[in-house]
Amino acid sequence: MNAATAIDNDVTWQTLCSKTDLVAHSGVAARLDGTDTQVALLYLPGQTPEVYAVDNHDPFSNANVIARGIVGDIKGEPVIASPLYKQHFRLNDGVCVEDESVHLRTWEVKMEDDDVMIKA
Amino acid sequence: MSMPTSPNAPRLIVIGNGMVGHHLIEQLIACGAPRDYAITVFGEERHIAYDRVHLSEYFSGRDADSLALASADDYAAHGIDLRLHDTVTAIDRDANEVVTESGRHPYDRLVLATGSYPFVPPIPGNDREKCLVYRTLDDLDAIREAAEDATTGVVVGGGLLGLEAANALRGLNLDTAVVEFAPRLMPMQVDAEGGTLLREKIEALGVQVLTGRATQHIEAGETSFHRMVFQDDKMLETDLIVFSAGIRPRDQLARDCALEIGERGGVVIDDRCLTSDPSILAVGEVALWQESIFGLVAPGYQMAKVAAATLTEGDATFTGADMSTKLKLLGVDVGAIGDAHGERTPGARTFRYLDEIKQEYRKLVVSSDGKKLLGAMLVGDNATYDTLMQYYANGLALPQDPASLILPSSEGAPTLGPDALPDTATLCSCHNVTKGDVCATLDAGALDLASIKGETKASTGCGGCAALLKSVVDHELAARGVEVDQSICEHFAYTRQELYSLVRVEGIKTFSELIEKHGTAAGHGLGSSSAPKLGSSSAPRLGCDICKPAVTSILAACFNEPITDAAHVPLQDTNDTFMANMQKNGTYSVVPRIPGGEVTPEKLIVLGEVGKKYGLYTKITGGQRVDLFGAQLHQLPDIWGELIEAGFETGHAYGKATRTVKSCVGSTWCRYGVQDSVGMAIHLEERYKGLRSPHKLKFAVSGCTRECAEAQSKDVGMIATENGWNLYVCGNGGMRPRHGELFATDLDDEQLIRTIDRFLMFYIRTADRLQRTSVWRENLEGGLDYLKDVVLDDSLGLGDELETQMQHIIDTYECEWANTLSDPEKLKRFRTFVNDDSPDPDIIATEERGQLRPA
Repeated sequence: MNAATAIDNDVTWQTLCSKTDLVAHSGVAARLDGTDTQVALLYLPGQTPEVYAVDNHDPFSNANVIARGIVGDIKGEPVIASPLYKQHFRLNDGVCVEDESVHLRTWEVKMEDDDVMIKA
Repeated sequence: MSMPTSPNAPRLIVIGNGMVGHHLIEQLIACGAPRDYAITVFGEERHIAYDRVHLSEYFSGRDADSLALASADDYAAHGIDLRLHDTVTAIDRDANEVVTESGRHPYDRLVLATGSYPFVPPIPGNDREKCLVYRTLDDLDAIREAAEDATTGVVVGGGLLGLEAANALRGLNLDTAVVEFAPRLMPMQVDAEGGTLLREKIEALGVQVLTGRATQHIEAGETSFHRMVFQDDKMLETDLIVFSAGIRPRDQLARDCALEIGERGGVVIDDRCLTSDPSILAVGEVALWQESIFGLVAPGYQMAKVAAATLTEGDATFTGADMSTKLKLLGVDVGAIGDAHGERTPGARTFRYLDEIKQEYRKLVVSSDGKKLLGAMLVGDNATYDTLMQYYANGLALPQDPASLILPSSEGAPTLGPDALPDTATLCSCHNVTKGDVCATLDAGALDLASIKGETKASTGCGGCAALLKSVVDHELAARGVEVDQSICEHFAYTRQELYSLVRVEGIKTFSELIEKHGTAAGHGLGSSSAPKLGSSSAPRLGCDICKPAVTSILAACFNEPITDAAHVPLQDTNDTFMANMQKNGTYSVVPRIPGGEVTPEKLIVLGEVGKKYGLYTKITGGQRVDLFGAQLHQLPDIWGELIEAGFETGHAYGKATRTVKSCVGSTWCRYGVQDSVGMAIHLEERYKGLRSPHKLKFAVSGCTRECAEAQSKDVGMIATENGWNLYVCGNGGMRPRHGELFATDLDDEQLIRTIDRFLMFYIRTADRLQRTSVWRENLEGGLDYLKDVVLDDSLGLGDELETQMQHIIDTYECEWANTLSDPEKLKRFRTFVNDDSPDPDIIATEERGQLRPA
């Protein structure tokens, strides 16, 4: 693990990876330090925010695949489509468009220099 | 699958498995009858029901399987006991038993679908060797055998079936003559003027036509096998005689058990297809309804539908059938509608148009007031048939000047729009589908032509109504305010075909450029409540999982830049992105290319070693290659490093692209093979590997007519002939199987490649997203003939362009895995986690039959 931690206004920010690890307009997966949680980091250069973090675990297939979906938008709302059964999840709140009772967790992400940091 | 039949269910026996007998089974299945009856079908022939209408194609490349209307499995799947090659010899009405060669079989209900037999005129000598009939596949085999050492052949009978038989003899390269007793050909359908024209056209094809000839006897010939002697002592010598002088109902079984029979034959039925014994029904050409035998398939199908209703307590009745026909005999169009001779209605008037240069003849028979069409006759061009048929069948008022309907189109014949048709208008006579049926299916949610065809079966018989059906569907959708939005998705107000043109014409090479120039405006369709935080000006236009892969496929077909380039990577489904097939637990399977299914032992060992080393589940695919399952993302580059080292290339099993070219072993090893099918399969697979298309593409090559490679179920299939290759296109296995259609025959290697190049590129240009060739073909306006025009005759002048574009794809082919392995930047993506080298801990495998599978 190469994650470092820092304290910022009583909230823990964790460095996950470097900006060069991200794939533009697509996703990569990362592990949260000290937990079983996997996050999908989705990088949309030029958008605000530029990086989204949601669960990598797909609740429909029970496989850790969300980072490998296609990023897009539905009526301007950024979404990611699960690569297995193609449900769409909103990147802003993780809610599944096809079934609003299902959602992915979301995390705040920021970039500091080349570091990609997650609030967790 | 159907529900099982109860052991005490009443027993239904159907005698006869011809077109109508088979249609009855289809109708019974549609009514759910296999639940209520234990159904047994006896067929006298060796073959399951086949398409007799297209029988002459048996000599131009089609075989028994491709003419078959069903398979034994289809029957078995519905619990129907099909007994072929088991002739029924008697019906014992006292015991309620059917007697066959194999034994006695009790029935509760019985259907006679025995059809008809060819009438052989009582001419002395008609029992000589090489005097044959034309009715069944076995008859055709006998004709083919007799033709082996023959150079000439005569058909006795110049009607519809006679001319079909003449076509078959021409297909066997015999010098062919037609002998007709009446003063003209097709006396039932055409008048003297039409008959003259028809004769000229048929003689121009090299077929000799003798009319007004009654054969007195047949004897041994001097220069040929037979000599036919006519009433005026004139003679004709020939090697082979085929009688095709009409049909007679096969009513012997019914006669023997004393059912009511018509004066001139035929089992008498009522409006519900019941015979004089209400436990017995009759359908098709054996049945006599109101003193008429119906010798066409459409009325037979209607009877089958009525009989199915009668057997399942439905209430349909047979009300007679229209004998109008549209035919292409020896390549000559002939059409007859209603009272084509104008003999049945007093005071009928006619309009006639004859063009002896173009050899076209059209005649209208109208009511005395000129307002209704009573009949029509067409020779040489059937283009007006559909419109005239609608006027006739629906009693529509004729235009002010009825002649405008048959004058050349430059005279501006008014077209009969789909809105002018009443709901009762029959669109498809083969399956008796009305405009009302189509509308009801639309109301039930069908939204395209293919689903209308699937639901109603319209246009799946002879296909003659395809254009009419499409215009009705389009019109009806528009009329009921259903906006047929052809846009590929919310990001582009264009169809795939339109996007393809934009990319090609403007030379657009990236998705971002395309969406910037041609995407819908930002905020288009932005619901006021769905994205409250985003103003329309800042709403991102990212594309989506529909347009992104579709555009990538278009870009690949136009420019063929590596899909692994950074600009293309985020656009694709995970399978294309990581060049492997994601399975349900998030791991991937790997399929290296094995062209033609030919693999050396050394390479096979490498596959085994790689599978063993990485703990991969190993399975043989249907496309003659090996699939290795269970690789995690980070393992893929290592696996491919070893495979490429051993000489493998990527197999594109993950892409909407060329998959495999399956082959049988061909002439190299097989004693039946007539061409090197493996060699051709490898050549084709090497040529088209990497080609991206609207959907996956499967090919197969069979080395002889036994068709072991199952080429007729592929997008592109080749079957070897003595002279080259027969090409089949647009076949499909999968959810909705479709036989490939014979596209061209006896092509040499070079012609074959050129034809496939054009066919594939035309498909890639014009198909919808994720549309297989089979569905594309079914939605293609103009059908197979149009496709042949474009590809074989280059009617659009596109041939060179299509070939050049294909050559570009071939010249720029690169193995995507080799490309990736050579670039550390591209390899970075193949990490399960960007911050941890460990595998995904949630992937758990268990062992089964000596291999690992997901737990």
